[in-house]
Amino acid sequence: MTEEIIIAGFGGQGVLSMGQILCYSGVMQGKEVSWMPSYGPEMRGGTANCTAIISDRQISSPVLNTFDTAIVLNQPSLDKFEAAVKPGGLLIYEENGITRKPERTDINVFSITAYDESVRMNNTKVFNMIVIGGFLKVRPIIELENVIKGLEKVLPERYHHLIPLNKKAIHQGMEIIKERHSLNQA
Amino acid sequence: MKELRLMKGNEALAEAAIRAGADAYFGYPITPQSEVIEYLMREDPARRTGMQVLQAESEIAAINMVYGAAACGKKAITSSSSPGISLKMEGISYIAGAELPCVVVNVVRGGPGLGTIQPSQSDYFQAVKGGGHGDYKLIVLAPATVQESVDFVKLAFELAFKYRNPVMILSDGIIGQMMEKVELFEQQPRSTHEYEWATVGKKEGRDSVIVTSLQLQSEEQEKVNLRLQAKYREVEKNEVRFETYECEDAEYLFAAFGSCARITRKAMEMARARGIRVGLIRPQTLYPFPYDDIRRLSEKVKGILTVEMNAGQMIEDVRLAVCGETPVEHFGRFGGMIPSPDEILEALEQKIIGG
Amino acid sequence: MSENNIICHDNLVYDKTRVMTDKVLHYCPGCGHGTAHRILAEAIDELGIQGETIGVAPVGCSVLAYYYFDVDMQEAAHGRAPAVATGIRRVMPEKYVFTYQGDGDLAAIGTAETIHACNRGENILIVFINNGIYGMTGGQMAPTTLPGMKSSTSPRGRDTSTMGNPLKMTELVAQLPGTYFVTRQAVHAPANVRKAKRAIKKALDYQKLNKGTCFVEIVSNCPSGWKMTPTQSNKWMEENMFPFYPLGDIKVPEK
Repeated sequence: MTEEIIIAGFGGQGVLSMGQILCYSGVMQGKEVSWMPSYGPEMRGGTANCTAIISDRQISSPVLNTFDTAIVLNQPSLDKFEAAVKPGGLLIYEENGITRKPERTDINVFSITAYDESVRMNNTKVFNMIVIGGFLKVRPIIELENVIKGLEKVLPERYHHLIPLNKKAIHQGMEIIKERHSLNQA
Repeated sequence: MKELRLMKGNEALAEAAIRAGADAYFGYPITPQSEVIEYLMREDPARRTGMQVLQAESEIAAINMVYGAAACGKKAITSSSSPGISLKMEGISYIAGAELPCVVVNVVRGGPGLGTIQPSQSDYFQAVKGGGHGDYKLIVLAPATVQESVDFVKLAFELAFKYRNPVMILSDGIIGQMMEKVELFEQQPRSTHEYEWATVGKKEGRDSVIVTSLQLQSEEQEKVNLRLQAKYREVEKNEVRFETYECEDAEYLFAAFGSCARITRKAMEMARARGIRVGLIRPQTLYPFPYDDIRRLSEKVKGILTVEMNAGQMIEDVRLAVCGETPVEHFGRFGGMIPSPDEILEALEQKIIGG
Repeated sequence: MSENNIICHDNLVYDKTRVMTDKVLHYCPGCGHGTAHRILAEAIDELGIQGETIGVAPVGCSVLAYYYFDVDMQEAAHGRAPAVATGIRRVMPEKYVFTYQGDGDLAAIGTAETIHACNRGENILIVFINNGIYGMTGGQMAPTTLPGMKSSTSPRGRDTSTMGNPLKMTELVAQLPGTYFVTRQAVHAPANVRKAKRAIKKALDYQKLNKGTCFVEIVSNCPSGWKMTPTQSNKWMEENMFPFYPLGDIKVPEK
């Protein structure tokens, strides 16, 4: 198993930490991982992105131009990375951030209303955990207990009381993610 | 059990400096390596091991602080990125001339001049050909993973003290900024040995120790140069390190170092999936360079492509290795641009297979 | 009376300090460096810290100072001695560390290192020999060359409108909170030699208090660079250098 993921959005949406949490969870599950923040011209336009790779094998390149999964949280990111998803791959977008829907028909497309859900949960900070939940629902590459273990590693101890809330957010994400286009149906 | 962590390259390197038993770090902030000094200041290693950390007023001051501490027989380390390393070159030359051990980390960014803060490998020549004035060499280690950023710090101190020579870790913005899983080695002791060449205070019955790189008599300076050259021959004999991937049946060969070797390895996997038998050699020591090993590998292949994030620097050493008997071409991106695996594969097809 | 009757211990009034080696000094006749070396060496000897002292030599006339002081010494790159000394003192906090620097080394190329070592309050002694000229390279203008003073790079005299003004480093570092004891001395006459030695001894002694940088300037002469006899140069120094660089303590520890 190798999952090459790009996560992209505005700065402040927790894009970089989503990648880190996925990678730490991968470490907890005994996987090889690599996390690389956005670099080069990709940094322009107020968008942030990171590449997260989780694999059973040693990871060669930490820098990629095509991906198994793209998680896009705003329109510039969708514009940039829709084409970078490998045929048969996965695209997840956040509905509030998007004005133009994805057009590709050779990939699986899912959407999530993570922002609305975070407002419902009275804590917009769990936005990115909801997205992670949605992703893990579609691609169950890491067990939930390892994500929690990863969070315990990433979060300083004084924030550990927030872990149950984050766990709930992951569950909510798993519930609300919606299939938009599936290759299986096509 | 060894400790497993997910760490950024720069932070892992800083942690490795503490664990390697460094006595002192002196540095000056510059992107993309400021996480090294930030980590050290946050971690406060004086508390853990007694290691001293100081933010100097400049890269020049920092390398001279390293000189002072190294001449006391202590394990001293500094880090910077390209423009800062140019500033350090004066001090590095003095350290090489005075035959002092130390570790210098260059998290390379694009140049020339202020250049860009994005990753690059354009300081290869500066690193492997000495860099500053005078006939000298740095031992140059090129990590390709966060794990190697950690392991090479320990190795660098060992080599620095074994040969009493500055050792450079030539990293880049990719390895510095990326996070990977690392196994951290056990805490090593700080330097407590009173070396006979170190200024530790003159003892009764011995001459005072003088640490200098100055010899006003030409005959004496020539002796210094001959001694240095003899040392470099020893280094070349003993310390060449490299890795090869899928070279057994290779018809073509990639040569790449550092982060670029990782991207090239991906290109190699893609090529093999298309039935192109290509291998990869990744020098881990850029000085001493694996000339003999590249020559040996070159005898079995139709051509070699060096892939570098520069305009073609290591290619000169690869060409020296093969003595014109195997075609060697270069593919590079520079100015902070990172080559993609499919660009590399395309270059292989155009410049080597079709060339 | 034979020679041997005269050379006996009872008649000894003055001898070479054991903290100086037997190397013959290369300094020009009449130069103040020899005396400055000697009083520093005597101070180390009298404090009994020869085995605990690490010195840093500069680039300039005193580049070979490490041949003359019988203590462990390091040669620094031009201007970098305070940074080198910082490195030493940070890893050897129990040692006595001094730098010995001229005006070009300390006040031109090494200005940043000097100011910042003093500003951090590194527990080192900086001995600053100010003779207003670059001696070793053959008499070029120094940052401390007086207005109107001739040198090989100010042949018509230092024109402050184009060549800048002499830099009073000692007054400058005295303002920094990191300095503990700052003084300006001279070594051209016996009374001054005694005072300068007391200042250096005090400065070294303060080092064990870890209270900050001690900075001792010695206004000195350069007969060769100034193109004068030693006697003329001392007179010229008194008449021209001292009014601009007045002798005395500039910053003393609070009682």
